[in-house]
Order: sequence, then structure tokens, then C-alpha cells
Amino acid sequence: MKNGRFIYPKITLIAFAASTLFSACEREFSDDVKFATFSNNPEVYIDGFSGGLEYLPFDGSKLDAFSVDPDVKYAGTTSMRFDVPNFGDPSGSFAGAVFPDMGGRDLSGYDALTFYAKATEAATVNEIGFGVDFGENKYRVNAENVRLGTGWAKYIIPIPDPFLLTVEKGMFFYAAGPQDGDGFTFWIDELQFERLGTIGQPKPAIFNGEDLVQTTFLDVQIPITGLTHTINLGSGGNRTVSAAPAYYDFSSTDNEVARVSESGVISIVGTGTATITALLAGVKAAGSLTLEVEGSFQTAPIPPARNPDDVISVFSDAYADVPVEYYNGFFVPDGQTTLGGADINIGGDNVIRYTDLNFVAIKTLNTVNASEMTHYHLDIQVEDQQISDGDFIRILLVDAGPDNVIGTGDDTEASVEFDNQTLVSREWVSLDIPLSDFVGLNTGNLALYFFVSDATISNILVDNIYFYKE
Amino acid sequence: MNQKTRLEMSIDIPRPPYLRRFGKLTGLNMLATLTGILILNVGCSYGEDQRVANFTEITVQDEFDVNGAPDSSLWNYDIGTRGDGWGNNELQYYTDRPENITVQNGYLIFTARQENFEGSAYTSARILTKDKFEQKYGRFEARIKAPYGQGIWPAFWMLGANSDEVIWPECGEIDIMEIRGQEPTILFGSVHGPGYSAGEAITKRYDLENDRFDTGFHIFGIEWGPDYVNYYVDDVLYNQITPEDLPNPDNWVFNQPFYLILNVAVGGSFVGSPNQETVFPQQMLVDYVRAYKYNGPNE
Repeated sequence: MKNGRFIYPKITLIAFAASTLFSACEREFSDDVKFATFSNNPEVYIDGFSGGLEYLPFDGSKLDAFSVDPDVKYAGTTSMRFDVPNFGDPSGSFAGAVFPDMGGRDLSGYDALTFYAKATEAATVNEIGFGVDFGENKYRVNAENVRLGTGWAKYIIPIPDPFLLTVEKGMFFYAAGPQDGDGFTFWIDELQFERLGTIGQPKPAIFNGEDLVQTTFLDVQIPITGLTHTINLGSGGNRTVSAAPAYYDFSSTDNEVARVSESGVISIVGTGTATITALLAGVKAAGSLTLEVEGSFQTAPIPPARNPDDVISVFSDAYADVPVEYYNGFFVPDGQTTLGGADINIGGDNVIRYTDLNFVAIKTLNTVNASEMTHYHLDIQVEDQQISDGDFIRILLVDAGPDNVIGTGDDTEASVEFDNQTLVSREWVSLDIPLSDFVGLNTGNLALYFFVSDATISNILVDNIYFYKE
Repeated sequence: MNQKTRLEMSIDIPRPPYLRRFGKLTGLNMLATLTGILILNVGCSYGEDQRVANFTEITVQDEFDVNGAPDSSLWNYDIGTRGDGWGNNELQYYTDRPENITVQNGYLIFTARQENFEGSAYTSARILTKDKFEQKYGRFEARIKAPYGQGIWPAFWMLGANSDEVIWPECGEIDIMEIRGQEPTILFGSVHGPGYSAGEAITKRYDLENDRFDTGFHIFGIEWGPDYVNYYVDDVLYNQITPEDLPNPDNWVFNQPFYLILNVAVGGSFVGSPNQETVFPQQMLVDYVRAYKYNGPNE
């Protein structure tokens, strides 16, 4: 087992007992010593469930989406058939299930999960993978948006580091939703683990291979995202899968500044600079995150206690928020450069950070009726070193009109602009803008909440976005 | 292999340098070798025409044990593009810079790079033993870890020593190893000559099972005698080419000295151009190149 990293206490115990025996007595192992071993059966579904395999549908999925099909098969006598429901199907909104072997299997001798698949039409299955068992899901691997054709083809999902999978329960899982509202059927056959030997040239990545630099604060927790693993197939093409953090060995250049847990969460513990990198099975992952920690986070002012009826909150920890569809629409085709969103969490205090700002919008899931409210409140901190003359942040609101649809004739919008007379570099500024300042804006069906700087100001923190009545 | 078509047959016994060195002699191989000996013993009594060639005497070897440029007493460089991408529309510019070819830590390292250089979009290297080591017949082998990726074309091959006097393919070409980077499990061994060149070359592909040519070292070799070329990868004999395999057996041009060539091409008609997924730089590692004398068949 790699690095002596033991997964289950039971094995640790046996190994410990064995080593004690060895060092204490300096004798060979007795012939009676039997190490715990797990089945290395590679078969998941060939013509039926392999020994120990179970079927556990995901919550909210169409429970009977899976069936054994004796008529359609790639080889042998049957295949696995999956019926993805149409949009609005009362029996479930998607098809999805886990096929675990709760006894656990030793998959360390294999390098991939392979299967043959086809669909009733060219279709996309959202996720196919293994390592999900409704338990820890520690070694989850999944291919995303797997394209299936109408003819049988072989698919390969690589195991990033087989040596870790000595007691794996999650043999197979999938999730598939309707395509443009329509369901479809797909089949999987000859589902098994294999040692192909023909896959190689591993290219792991964290943060999707990007080298990021970020200013952050003490006590912040940052999850490592964009964990992928790319392998070159024997047929010459590449296959990229998402892999769980447990496959990676994370490291920090300064553990007194930032530390990474085995589950891939960075904790900021001191001031200074630290760079987070990773290895996967000894191969350096592309991508890194350099963190510059200057000190404690200066939290935004805590909003005053108000009668809940007098507040409609979009984003705050003080009031109940309305559902939000997104904190950053990433309107890249429209020229948006802004990155970030509601991704800072400091001891339960959520803060929005936008970087490379030119414009960005929050969109509420439903339109907000603020017609009874008098003010729009925001706390903004400009993170840029200085705010020059001419730099500005424009607070723009868009109302969808009575039809609740943006882009139709009844939309209204209006904005209020702030410059360095109001905004202060690296300090929170509370804005309480009378809604009457948004001249010409209807406030009965608010939908989009913009921040616009035209790149004059690049980095901002935002907190406590709400409407209130005086 | 059909015994009746066999004129000569080599055996593994005199070839153990690499087997010893790299511990490839597994139980199964050992069994195979023993079986080979047994068959040989039995085989000798089968017919008068069964002969065995030995390749025991090393005539040249480069183990690449001295860091720096390749040994200039053995190797020349081809430089540039020859104007036509070396006859194959290859995209690279060959240089002798250490960025493209160097010996380090016991390996000759070819590095194909994506960079603008002298009007080409890629650089790489090609070395040859022309006028420095040329030999008629023998065993020629190299232990190589191949590069990979769409549009990458590594090769270990030979040209007839008269390649400057006659127009290719009159001089003859023996390709000991060619791999398409986009097919990391497939090896091609070929001969080219008059009436059987380029797309009409006499060739055979070998599919490596449960392994790839770019994730570990493999030994690519030929054993070449008066009227045959045997193709080996590791301890597998995967093809024999004889005059009878040609469109016209009279066009067998492999009865003169040949020289060795090693290169990594980028793009060209055999592999197509690199694409977005091709990773640069790409490296080909050569552990050694060895040639053995042909001692004639054992009677």
C-alpha cells in the first residue's frame, strides 16, 4: 500500500500486529498467519450482477430507471438498460444510481473501469464513474458529459492511482438527465475493471491546471477545485476525468501560512505567502494556488437588527436570503472578464469576491418585489491598492417588468455611481442608496443586480446586499 | 513461422546482453528459450536447409555514457529542413543544439519542441552514422522509450551507403522502428526499395498487448542476412521480409553496407500534424545502440 496510508482501522491493526510480531520475535511469519484479503473480482456486470453487487438509486431519481435487458446486448445474454425520464416525469427527474459491493474489493491490480455503451440517439450522460458508495465516497472518479452514439463503443474510465483502491466499495455509478427536456434510453454491457496497460502519460491537474494567485485572510477555508486527471488512451486520444481529493498528495510551501487537509481544503493559519501544489501517484499536477495572507479578515459591518418584514435580502448572513440563481453569470460572450463569486467563507461569514472586474451580475431565482422598500444596501470593499480619479463602481439594477422575463419590452434599469469620494481602498464602505435615486426603475420585479467598473476598479469584496424599509 | 519458407533462423542464445542486463528473462521467457533450444536440437535433424545465424560479435555500440553531445566519431547531424521537410512534408527544423539532442545520465535524449526557429514551427534532431559506421548484414538494435502524441514520428532506421549516388529508394531503406505518436501501442517495421517505397513499402505493424511504447523502454532490432530481414521487438520476432515478399524479387537492394539513423520528426505525411492535445516538448530516450556482425549461418 502506498505511503503506508491505511484506509480502514482493521487493516492498520493487522499490519501493526504483523510488524510487532516481526520486530519483537524476529521470526518468520507463521504459516498460520493470514492477511485479510478482499475479492479482486474485476467483473461488475457482464450478464448479470457480479457477486455482492447492489443497486441503490439516487434520491429523487426515477427508481425503476435501471433494468436488465435480455434483448439488447453487446455480448453474452443481457445488458444493463437505463431509461432516462422526460422532463416533468412524476416518477423522477433524472436517472441515477450507485452499484456498490459493500464487501469491498481490491482493485489495485487494474488501471481502468471499462464498458461498452450505446443509446437510442446520440446522447450525453452527465456522469459515469466509480468510487461512490453512499459512504465516504473517498475515491470517487467520474467522467462528465459522456457522449454516447447509437452503435456500441468501448469506454474507458482510468483509475488515477490503483494502489489506493485496496478496499473499494463503489463499483459503478451514473447520473443522466433529460436532453432538451426529452428522455432517452442507453445500455451498458461488459462493465468491468481491467488492467489495460495501454493507457499512460498521466496528466493530473488542480485548479484546472491554472496557476492562480490570491490575496486572502487568516482563518479562511478554501476548497481546492478543478481536480482532474487526464490519461492518454491506447487509441491515441485523451480521456479526462474528475477525481476525488484523496487521490492527490497536496503540499504547501509554508505550513505556517496554509495547510491542506486530505479532503482538499486549505486552511489559512498564518500571515505570509504559501503556494499549494499537488502530486498524483508521484506525478506533479498542473496548476497551483499562491496565497498571500496579510492578516485577519476585516468583516463587513454587521447589519442592524430589523423586522424581517422590512427586509428583502439577496446576500447576507444577518437575514434570510431569497434564492439566488447565480452570483456571477460569466457573460463571457458579452465581454465579461470578471471572475469570482460567493466563494469566501470565514468562520461562517460568507463574502462575495470579484476579481478582474469589468461588470458582473447577481441573478435571483425569482424576481424580487421591492416596491414597498425604501433603500438598497450594500457593503463594498475595494481591494485595489488605490482608487484614482475617474475610477468608479456603478450599482445597476434591472427590473424584468410584469412579465418577469428579462429582454422583453417592459424591462427597466437604472444605476447609481460611486467614486473615490465615497469608496475607500481596503476598507468596508456601507452604501444605503434610496431606491428613489434609481430614476425610472420599476422595483416590482427586480431580477439582476449589477456591479460595473469598466475595469477602472478590478477587485472588490461585497457583503450584505439587501433592500429595506425605513 | 512456416518452416519451409525459412532459410535461416536466429536463436536467442547468443543475444543475451540485454536480457541479462534488464532482467527480461522471466520464467516464461526462460521456458521459451529452453523450448527454443529443444526445438533447435530437434529441428536440426529435420532438414538439410535449416541453418542458424549467430550475431555474437559487437561491431559498434554506443551506450551513451558520456554526457554532452553525441559521440562525433560515430554520429553526424542532419540540420534544417532540406527544403521539403525531408521528403515527407515534415514540419520540424533539425538542429544540433543541446535543446534538441544531448546525452545525459546514460541516455541519448531527442527533444522535439514547439518553437519558431528558422521559419519552422518545431525543432527536433536527427543523427546518422553515414561515412562513420556502415555495415552489410548483422543485428542492429536500440533500446528506446518513444515519445507520444498526434503528429510525433520517432524512427530508428537505415539507408544504403550509396544514398548520395543514387536516387531514393534505389539505395534501399530499412525501418527498424517507426511509431505514430497517436498510436502509442503500434510499431511499424518496413523495407523500401525500387518498386516498393513510401505507401507501397513492404511493412508490418505490430500491436503491443497490454503495454505502450512511450511508457517504458523497448528493444527494437533487426537481424539482416543475405536474403532476409527479421524484425524483433523485445524478444518477439514479428516479421521476416525476404526477396519473395517484393513485387519483383530482383529488386532486393539489401546487399550493400547501410548506415544507421535516429530521429524524431514532427508532422509529415505519415503522421499528420500535431493538434491541441499534443504535449510539447516530447522526448525520445535511447539507452543504447548496438550492431553485431553477421557471421554467416552455422552449418
